[in-house]
Amino acid sequence: MGDKRATREAFGETLIELAREGRDDVVALDADLAKSTTTAKFAAEYPERFFDVGIAEQNMVDTAAGLAATGFTPFTGSFAVFATGRAYDQVRNTVCYSNLSVKLCPTHAGVTVGPDGGSHEMIEDIALMRVLPRMRVLVPADYTAAKWAVRAAASTPGPFYVRLGRATVGAVYPDDFAFELGRANVLREGSDVTLVACGVMVERALAAAELLAAQGTSAEVIDAVSIKPLDGDTIVASAGKTGAVVTCEEHSIIGGLGSAVAEVLGERHPVPLVRVGVNDTFGTSGDPEELMRHFGLTAEDVAQAAGKLLSR
Amino acid sequence: MLDVGAIESMARRLRCDVVEMLAEAGSGHPGGSLSAADIVAALYFGVMEHDPKRPDMPERDRFILSKGHAAPVLYAALAEAGYFPRENLKTLRKLGSMLQGHPDSTKTPGVEVSTGSLGNGLAISNGIALGLRLRGQDEQRVFCLMGDGELQEGLVWEAAMFAAQQKLERVIAIVDRNGLQIDGRTSEVVAVDPIAEKFRAFGWEAMNCDGHDVRAILTAIDGASGRHGKPTVIVADTVKGAGVSFMEDRCEWHGTAPSAEQAEAALAELEQMPDNA
Repeated sequence: MGDKRATREAFGETLIELAREGRDDVVALDADLAKSTTTAKFAAEYPERFFDVGIAEQNMVDTAAGLAATGFTPFTGSFAVFATGRAYDQVRNTVCYSNLSVKLCPTHAGVTVGPDGGSHEMIEDIALMRVLPRMRVLVPADYTAAKWAVRAAASTPGPFYVRLGRATVGAVYPDDFAFELGRANVLREGSDVTLVACGVMVERALAAAELLAAQGTSAEVIDAVSIKPLDGDTIVASAGKTGAVVTCEEHSIIGGLGSAVAEVLGERHPVPLVRVGVNDTFGTSGDPEELMRHFGLTAEDVAQAAGKLLSR
Repeated sequence: MLDVGAIESMARRLRCDVVEMLAEAGSGHPGGSLSAADIVAALYFGVMEHDPKRPDMPERDRFILSKGHAAPVLYAALAEAGYFPRENLKTLRKLGSMLQGHPDSTKTPGVEVSTGSLGNGLAISNGIALGLRLRGQDEQRVFCLMGDGELQEGLVWEAAMFAAQQKLERVIAIVDRNGLQIDGRTSEVVAVDPIAEKFRAFGWEAMNCDGHDVRAILTAIDGASGRHGKPTVIVADTVKGAGVSFMEDRCEWHGTAPSAEQAEAALAELEQMPDNA
């Protein structure tokens, strides 16, 4: 386990690794944000396989689609807000409808973007991507998970959305952790309540479990890194054991992880559930940690939500 | 490759196919399919390297129908070329058909990438051209057929800038300039003229031609295939609904299928159409 790192750091580095390993099909595109997304690192080593389309996200996604149609595996950067919202028609009608192997790996998702404010804090992207047929959605919790997510996208045909962040996060996984596409990881076993988290909220859910333990509540923590396909079996089994579920995401509570978990539990094993996330509002400017407090996304908030749920 | 006369005959066959398909389907877009018939016939039967028996042959020229609503004329060309049986044309727009209302590359052999949402084809074509260049296959050309109304989509111009920046000289865009869109004359909705001048300002080679003159289309494409370090646009002047007098230059026929009687009249007229109309 290493220092705190941002999941975006894994992006450019993993692309370089893949290229060095002989993946001649891996190419990258960005829309004037190569330094921020870290695709610039790949560009520095493989300039002939990197394309900066300028400030034109729709163009980026369609150009990537054309590259995929000639057998390449294009990875695209940009920020989550532009890569999804600005280019939604291209993601839907060109990439997914044609079932092309375009790998959207935008960075700067969620409110931890910070001072740039609500225009740049994308909290609807999981919802937008999850609803698309053929799209797979991965939300890695740390640097190691992010490296795996980029590799999983590279080695699995079809469209992918890998949600990466700007904020540094503590290591959740050992370097050699064996991830599997479509599998949620039970990071801590417990018996009273299940905390299902993704992205930067995994670290906080683990901290919340510690807080709950101090109060005598045993929390199980699940990282739903693969939001689509979602590991319904693991979530249902845990809910069956604990009888209460708290979802934790740096995303709107509408349409994201909380909705996905509610859908599975509602159909297969209804239990009391509460969704911790951004409550149907836009982001705002502030320091990232300050914003996590502002929007109720701290370990304390998660523990409190679990406590309330259990006393219901 | 067919000669000019045979391509003209083929264009007429494509028009007949379009009318029959749309009458059978009961919906669809005749106007923009008919305006593009000579261009599509020229490409598939007089210009492009392709093999209907091997739709994924690597050394093929690519065609992207950016104006995806003209799918009937593309399907007719693919069927006449032998990508799939002509009988399939009767299934257009029906449940379970390989021929969707707009091109679906996951269902139809010979369709490179799905289109239908306007404005996407040029950027897709650029990506294909980049991919071919990376593979060292820069003999292959990428043809992108757009409508003139479609040029109102901003993405077209993002792609136009990018193609010039990347010197994608194997991208050949053809604008089917029929001057009409759903809501009326393009000049009265939001004018896109002068098209060639706009593309030149964006760093392209640009030329005009008569989009119903097969020889002129072939000459323009031949001129566009040179090595000048720039992408090329051919602005092909056309008439929406061309070949069927009661459909010609009428925006009502953008997205309305002919009835059985109208189809019969249209086919009778097309049968008498001289090849060099």
